[in-house]
Amino acid sequence: MTEIVLAADRVSKAFAGVQVLFSVDFQLRRGEVHALMGENGAGKSTLVKILSGFEQPSSGQVMLDGQPVRLPPDGRAEALGIAIIHQEFNLAEDLTVTESMFLGREITRLGILDRRAMRAATRAALDQLGAHIDEDATIRSLPVAARQMVEIAKAISRRARVVIMDEPTAVLTRAETDILFAQIRRLKSEGTSFVFVSHKLDEVMALSDRITILRDGQWIKTADASDMTGERIAQAMVGRELSTLFPPKREPDVDEALALEVRGLTTGYVQNASFKLRRGEVMGFAGLIGSGRTELMEAIVGLRPREGVVLVDGVTLTADLGRAMEAGLAYLTKDRKGRGLLLGQGMGVNLTLQSLAAHARWGWLNRGSEAMALERARRRFDIRVRDPKVVAGRMSGGNQQKLLLAKVMERAPKVILIDEPTRGIDVGTKQQIYNFIAGLAAEGAAIIVVSSEMPEVIGLCTKVAVMREGRIVGQLEGEAINETEIMRYAAGLKAA
Amino acid sequence: MDKKIDLRLMAPFAALGLLLILGALVNPNFISLANLENVATRSAFIAIIAIGATYVISAGDLDLSVGSMVAFVASIMIMVLNAAPIADPLTLLILGALMTLVIGMVCGLVNGLITTLGRIEPFIATLGTMGIYRGLTTWLAQGGAITLESRELQDLYHPVYFGSVLGVPMPILAIGVVAALAAFVLYRTSYGRHVVAVGSNREVARYSGLKVDRIRIWAFVVQGLCVAIAVLLYVPRLGSTSTTTGTLWELQAITAVVVGGTALKGGSGRIWGTVCGALILELVGNIMLLSNFISEYLISTLQGAIIIIAMLVQRSLARR
Repeated sequence: MTEIVLAADRVSKAFAGVQVLFSVDFQLRRGEVHALMGENGAGKSTLVKILSGFEQPSSGQVMLDGQPVRLPPDGRAEALGIAIIHQEFNLAEDLTVTESMFLGREITRLGILDRRAMRAATRAALDQLGAHIDEDATIRSLPVAARQMVEIAKAISRRARVVIMDEPTAVLTRAETDILFAQIRRLKSEGTSFVFVSHKLDEVMALSDRITILRDGQWIKTADASDMTGERIAQAMVGRELSTLFPPKREPDVDEALALEVRGLTTGYVQNASFKLRRGEVMGFAGLIGSGRTELMEAIVGLRPREGVVLVDGVTLTADLGRAMEAGLAYLTKDRKGRGLLLGQGMGVNLTLQSLAAHARWGWLNRGSEAMALERARRRFDIRVRDPKVVAGRMSGGNQQKLLLAKVMERAPKVILIDEPTRGIDVGTKQQIYNFIAGLAAEGAAIIVVSSEMPEVIGLCTKVAVMREGRIVGQLEGEAINETEIMRYAAGLKAA
Repeated sequence: MDKKIDLRLMAPFAALGLLLILGALVNPNFISLANLENVATRSAFIAIIAIGATYVISAGDLDLSVGSMVAFVASIMIMVLNAAPIADPLTLLILGALMTLVIGMVCGLVNGLITTLGRIEPFIATLGTMGIYRGLTTWLAQGGAITLESRELQDLYHPVYFGSVLGVPMPILAIGVVAALAAFVLYRTSYGRHVVAVGSNREVARYSGLKVDRIRIWAFVVQGLCVAIAVLLYVPRLGSTSTTTGTLWELQAITAVVVGGTALKGGSGRIWGTVCGALILELVGNIMLLSNFISEYLISTLQGAIIIIAMLVQRSLARR
């Protein structure tokens, strides 16, 4: 008989009258990794918040060690042995690594902070994770992946019996993920239980003992991971057969005009980047995190100062975003929450932010025309919301991404640079976005897809540039576009 | 969902209504048209300045210099009216008024440039110009007062504050016109939308190709213009300024904005709420004067309490 540590018993939750969880059951056994999967908006995050006390269920019970409990709010469930690693980081940026590790439970001697003991303990916890992070560095100075490692070290060092991780590997490299997984396996064998929320099927399959799938706030199934395949998980999440994820590739004609040409572009970390993009072409930019892809894209559209030449339709562009937009260039940031959308504003304000001139005469806005644009965009990009006045921050990741795409498309750009088009969104929406991209290319737009998900680059693009340490180290076409080849360039095993 | 958003928008107006009822209960004279007109008239300076502050705050900035700016702009206006070699009083007055508007805008421009190009927190930048404008006023007035000398000019200018059109006192009319224009620009023009976008999230605005610095600078210029309009009303009232003119008005203006429902962190502007906030501040003082149970020396205390209560109410409404 296996012991159930933490469970949700017919838990329901509604926010402002909108039901997001419908009588969901979930059981976490001692010493297991239990993956929680579902599309965006399926209710995973809400369930996770209820299991860690950040939200209280509208009805139903949370059970700890078989007893109904009311978990204390605001992370105080940690005292009961339940630690959560949030999707958004929870670290005070000005503290050092040591200070944040011991925040709220500082080691003291006679009321005075025992810095040496805390530093040593921090060092030990980080070493255990194989993380080469200076325990005296401020959080602010650390890259995102390192911050994530600190969060994980913090939860583990607090000897939690239950560790809940919401997309912990989203910002980690392959190697960092492997170390994290090794640690999880070790802690698991010592009896710690994990709830693992992730979109990455391969990681879920590699790590989990059991998998629970939610869809539209409903419990769909719980099964042993060994009984599941990626295909079956995806089907259960989407609720329909997934045909092939990617639309057929379409090679542009060889004599198609050049839409974008970049010659010898240098900006900060990025050195001497050159490439050409034809109309109707979808080009991928692959590479490891931090290889300079985002910097390159931002420099092309003029968000960063740059040297070198950028030509759109054969005309040289100055490094100014306004000019670039007028010339038909558009950039979709990968940071949709911080740089893409005004989270406190509704869909309409977000949609027309870049294209207000089209809805204004002498600066005077025509609200009717804005409303029509929103209606059109919602239909074209299949943006699904229950309440049309909802603020962007309350929309699911997938709908946010569609809204961001719609916002950029309002200007009908000819050259579209998309940075991580499907980060943190569900399979069904991913497929829709792939179809939009293919559709736009078929209409003659030139598209760049920057992605850290290799299948995406391989499945969508007819040409792929690989970046490493600020340089384009290889350009692949046709059959050469495969995982091994891209990885060899990205890891520096091969150079053009 | 709709109803809850409405509740937040309506809160300042509901508070105003409650105050009116409370006032009527305290003293029957309170609800008389003459008294209410008087209250609204006296709120004009703060209301108009606060309308400008609504722009700055919506854009995610803050202007602490407005009180000093009133004194500075008013002093220059009076000095010019006293010294300008123009014989015809009406021409002089019109030119003087236009110049005042320009000076106000320049003062705002200075704030905007220091904040954006200098990349200094608006709190610090305008704390600096607050001192600068105040000091310049003290220096111009040589520590005393600056008074409009020409009797003829005073008589001509008098109705701008004390007159009325169709029975509506000029200051109330001024509030209405300025608020209507400001609301129109903020809600119905691209510029207004850009202000809100910049205040909501500067990075999103930048990545959307908006000229963030230019939009912020213009918000400060609008603030300067509103200060100048308040000065145009202020000068005919007393015909003079002193080194203490406009002291602590910046705090009253910010209070009016916040009480009116505009978020101090930017991204939402409520022009009519701001006007309502200014009226609430003035009404509270008026009710205290007309009632006997609280000393009128506690007016600041109560106004301070109002801003805290307003924030608490806003937050509890937002949570739901």
